[in-house]
Amino acid sequence: MTDRTEIFATVAPLIERFNKKGVAITDATTFAGDLEWDSLTVMDFVAEIEDEFDIIITMNMQAEIENVGQLVDAVAKLKG
Amino acid sequence: MSKFDGLIAERQALIDTGVTDPFAIVMEKVKSPTEAVIAGKDTILLGTYNYMGMTFDPDVIQAGKDALDQFGSGTNGSRMLNGTFRDHMEVEQALRDFYGTTGAIVFSTGYMANLGMISTLAGKGEYVILDADSHASIYDGCKQGYAEIVRFRHNDINDLDKRLGRLPKEAGKLVVLEGVYSMLGDIAPLKEMVAIAKKHGAMVLSDEAHSMGFFGPNGRGVYEAQGCEGDVDFIVGTFSKSVGTVGGFCVSNHPKFEAIRLACRPYIFTASLPPSVVATAAASIRKLQFAHNKRQHLWENARTLHGGLKAMGFELGTENPDSAIIAVILKDQEQAVMMWQALLDSGLYVNMARPPATPAGTFLLRCSLCAEHTPEQIQKVLGMFKAAGQAVGVIA
Repeated sequence: MTDRTEIFATVAPLIERFNKKGVAITDATTFAGDLEWDSLTVMDFVAEIEDEFDIIITMNMQAEIENVGQLVDAVAKLKG
Repeated sequence: MSKFDGLIAERQALIDTGVTDPFAIVMEKVKSPTEAVIAGKDTILLGTYNYMGMTFDPDVIQAGKDALDQFGSGTNGSRMLNGTFRDHMEVEQALRDFYGTTGAIVFSTGYMANLGMISTLAGKGEYVILDADSHASIYDGCKQGYAEIVRFRHNDINDLDKRLGRLPKEAGKLVVLEGVYSMLGDIAPLKEMVAIAKKHGAMVLSDEAHSMGFFGPNGRGVYEAQGCEGDVDFIVGTFSKSVGTVGGFCVSNHPKFEAIRLACRPYIFTASLPPSVVATAAASIRKLQFAHNKRQHLWENARTLHGGLKAMGFELGTENPDSAIIAVILKDQEQAVMMWQALLDSGLYVNMARPPATPAGTFLLRCSLCAEHTPEQIQKVLGMFKAAGQAVGVIA
């Protein structure tokens, strides 16, 4: 679980940069619903996450990721 | 159907402002590649992809009429079964001659050429790597197939390199690029990008829809102009732009290229192009191969329009006249629509483009030039832009 906590701690500030509405970030926070990100914002954000962790999150995977918790899990899996 | 309510409301709000619906234009008469009648008014066309002005070429029209007389109005079947006629073979030969390749496969539209090639080339466990600003047909080709899809930042060589470097070495990879990106009219640094793709062992497909006929010594496209013919594995193109009819194609030197015909669903499970269409396409391609004067004139038009608009103070999609597309960037939808309407009222048709078709949420008036635009027409167009721009307050 520490790995997951660390990933969350790295992801959260990256989300904050695009968090114009000041939504509280938890595992349950959704990108389209709560954060109201459009596809362009999602693309920029995904690129930042990929560069931060040196991973690739394919568009196929992105389609399955709706909230922060799912993103953290995906990063943990890809890093593993 | 309630999921469309947002779209319906947005369209209604636009029409309620009193403007002509930009997405419901009807050409009542078409007088030439550069002139039509819209709502009873003579209008200069500056928003078609008729780059080389082949649509009214007498030889092209005659080829179509002859084919209609000799082969009838349609094929009633797939290329794979009863839908391959003499002129489907002839147009594929014309393409091989034009591009200097060993293989050519014709599809029913350019959209289907991308859909078919991308979904068939990259299979399960393989990767398609595409530019973020790719055309919808490229995105849809990715969705249609079973490969993993990876996107890189538009025209960013380092970003492509970085992403390719993170993929499994042994997995099959297809990098999809476009010679000219049609929204802003900017061109890709193909030479560098193709070299990066090859370094990582990827195959390369370049969509040259908006460059055919006027880039490179033989008019093959941006890839030819930048000297990377030897390293681009597949070229996708269309008959609906410079060729002046409808249809799509892929050309390649790959020794196993013909296998695509046996496996590609958008090639197999649709009717082939009508005989008149492939006959006009073949005649047009044969003429495009040697259309040096037209090429030169098209570039002169692009330079004049780009320079003129820039001097007036319009913000343009490219710093220089890189292609035959010149995009005028407006600040929002309201300004774009007002400007578009003012131009239409003065007798000029341009394309209005908005997100999600455009990059970075921009609103554009997109001008595409034709080799048949006369210098007088271009001067008239510049005058219309000046008047409309000042009336709407886009320029001083």
